[in-house]
Amino acid sequence: MSGRESILGAIRQGLGRGALGTAEKDALEDRIAGHARGIRPSRIDTADLKQMFVDYAAKVDVTVDRVASLDDVPDKVADYLAQENLPAELRVAPDPALDTVPWDKRPTLTVSKGASDGTHEVGLTAAFAGIAETGTLMMKSGPAHPTTLNFLPDTHLVVLRASQIVGSYEDAWDRLRAGEAMPRTVNFITGPSRTGDIEQTIFLGAHGPRRMHIVLVEDD
Amino acid sequence: MQESRTRNFIGNAREALDDGNLQQALDKMKSGFVERRLEARARLPEFDDIRDQAREIKNHTLANLDYYLERFERKVTEEGGQVHWCATPEDARQAILKICRDLDAKTVTKGKSMIGEEIGLNDFFEENGIEPIETDLGEYIIQLRREAPSHIIAPAIHVLKHQVAEAFYETHDQFDPDRPLEEPRALLDEAREVLRQKFIDADVGITGANFLIAETGTSVIVTNEGNGDLTQTIPKAHVVIASLEKVVPTLEDATTISRVLARSATGQEYSVYTTFSTGPRRPEDPDGPEQYHVILLDNGRSKMVGSEYQEMLRCIRCGACLNHCPVYGSIGGHAYGWVYPGPMGSVLTPSLIGVDEAGHLPNASSFCGRCEEVCPMRIPLPKMMRHLREREFDGKTGPATMRTGIKMWAFYAKRPWLYHALAKLKFRVLGAFGRRKGRFRRLPGGAGWTAHRDFPAPQAGGTFQAQWSARGGKRSVDA
Ligand code: SF4
Repeated sequence: MSGRESILGAIRQGLGRGALGTAEKDALEDRIAGHARGIRPSRIDTADLKQMFVDYAAKVDVTVDRVASLDDVPDKVADYLAQENLPAELRVAPDPALDTVPWDKRPTLTVSKGASDGTHEVGLTAAFAGIAETGTLMMKSGPAHPTTLNFLPDTHLVVLRASQIVGSYEDAWDRLRAGEAMPRTVNFITGPSRTGDIEQTIFLGAHGPRRMHIVLVEDD
Repeated sequence: MQESRTRNFIGNAREALDDGNLQQALDKMKSGFVERRLEARARLPEFDDIRDQAREIKNHTLANLDYYLERFERKVTEEGGQVHWCATPEDARQAILKICRDLDAKTVTKGKSMIGEEIGLNDFFEENGIEPIETDLGEYIIQLRREAPSHIIAPAIHVLKHQVAEAFYETHDQFDPDRPLEEPRALLDEAREVLRQKFIDADVGITGANFLIAETGTSVIVTNEGNGDLTQTIPKAHVVIASLEKVVPTLEDATTISRVLARSATGQEYSVYTTFSTGPRRPEDPDGPEQYHVILLDNGRSKMVGSEYQEMLRCIRCGACLNHCPVYGSIGGHAYGWVYPGPMGSVLTPSLIGVDEAGHLPNASSFCGRCEEVCPMRIPLPKMMRHLREREFDGKTGPATMRTGIKMWAFYAKRPWLYHALAKLKFRVLGAFGRRKGRFRRLPGGAGWTAHRDFPAPQAGGTFQAQWSARGGKRSVDA
């Protein structure tokens, strides 16, 4: 007997039944198709999800710049890098959503596009959604969204549009379901990487980014 | 399977109490986790209602476990991945080895996985000429020290920073032997630098899973360091090792449970990284693994379905029951002798490796009830520990030679040092809770406390309760 059959057999024996019949299976499929939501925090019933997002992001050591349009992104990015004493070299996701950013406004910035092989100090990506309930970003993988850019560069810069901010994780799932198929990777990211593995003291910058900065484009 | 040392629990516990470094490390642990969980809970008024929903999701899943596992497999296959059904640790090791051999793998990076510990994967890799590299900082530290994890979410919680420095001086001989490593930051930066190259060079990346999702064929990891993501993104193959009770029906179900996971574990609102992985990289993707495998391990769990221990299969390995356990807090995790320590281990270990081997672990409990109180999945741990003891008592489990009552008396009577140590620590922990909450329902003398107490005091002339209050109950109420 294969591992599969012996495991399933033991489970069914424990449950005191055989394989489910068609009606029972249909009921379970209906439950999946309905993918009902559980209780969500009531704090998302607020008029200002944008502010809630920014507040919760700040609690997990994320800094946020608010700008009026994508045109302002190069200035904010260049200023941030200067202020943090970081090189003015950016690895940017090959994302159509970022194509209209006028990088030549700040000629000192060197911009290259693509995934990261670990040699880039600063990465910049566009988010898929911002989730107000915990200040969490949702990123999905795909040709325009290399996953390596979320993890390898020491500094992770993120462009998030205010219209992408939703209340709960479930709202973000709904937006994802409205698009194409499930991507290979969906990353929920809540702040820069951290560890408490040495004597329970929290330090930022474990294996992923040491710092995270969001440029919030107020397109709403 | 990782070798069990649980038969030697008594000797292990004695050693633990005498280990100054360990006691210092445990002292650092105690307040942090407890405080932070309380604060996180206070910030989410819906917390307890979400716990109820989380429990119902898992109960529903377990009642239909066969269906959801088959559905999970179907979706993984549709997405271009492969599920390997493994009844035993040996089956799992062989399936993993075959994947590695097919890719001619020399090094394997690993995210933190308790299943990896359960199946003794690192030793097995070494025996087969493959270098396993733990990438979670805590796991990396204990790998260098050649130790097992002592906590399910904080594997190196028993290690002090000067001990980390010693391990690094010894292993990282590429650096200046006189470099300063007193500061945790220096230790962290050094580990980051060493492991960075390992991520990039690895042929296969292995992670555990916090959830498997039947709806989409997705595996989920919940982490803070980012090591799990680097582990699974860069190599040619991503191998997920997961036990079968990790499955849930939908993305929403996983999301609901995730709301109580980090809050219970570390007191964070959400962990830094919650990552949903579905199949290998798509043809157009610029990065990601070319292969995606799920090693689905049973190792005795299917036999728990339908038994009085089924509820243990709801466990999401948050560690809250360890963090709040006075016994764990005084002896640490290694004394339990196998992979899973603390209250959850006292139930899971005998269920998985047998009551003969580990049936006495449930005795290592004060039945104070804190574990059940904090368990996000509302697992009745004390009740199950009592069941396990009764099973031994009834001799249902084979050649148990001593009857539990006698055994319990003997257990503590022969070891007043253990009793003293536990009683003192239990008291301190409980006293702290009582003071914070302004109530003493569970302090000695109250019915809630005494109702489930059934082990006698070891010294002549003192009942448990009498001794308990003599030893400090009054002091606490005055405080
Ligand atoms: S038994 Fe409950 S508290 Fe303990 S690790 Fe499992 S889920 Fe967490």
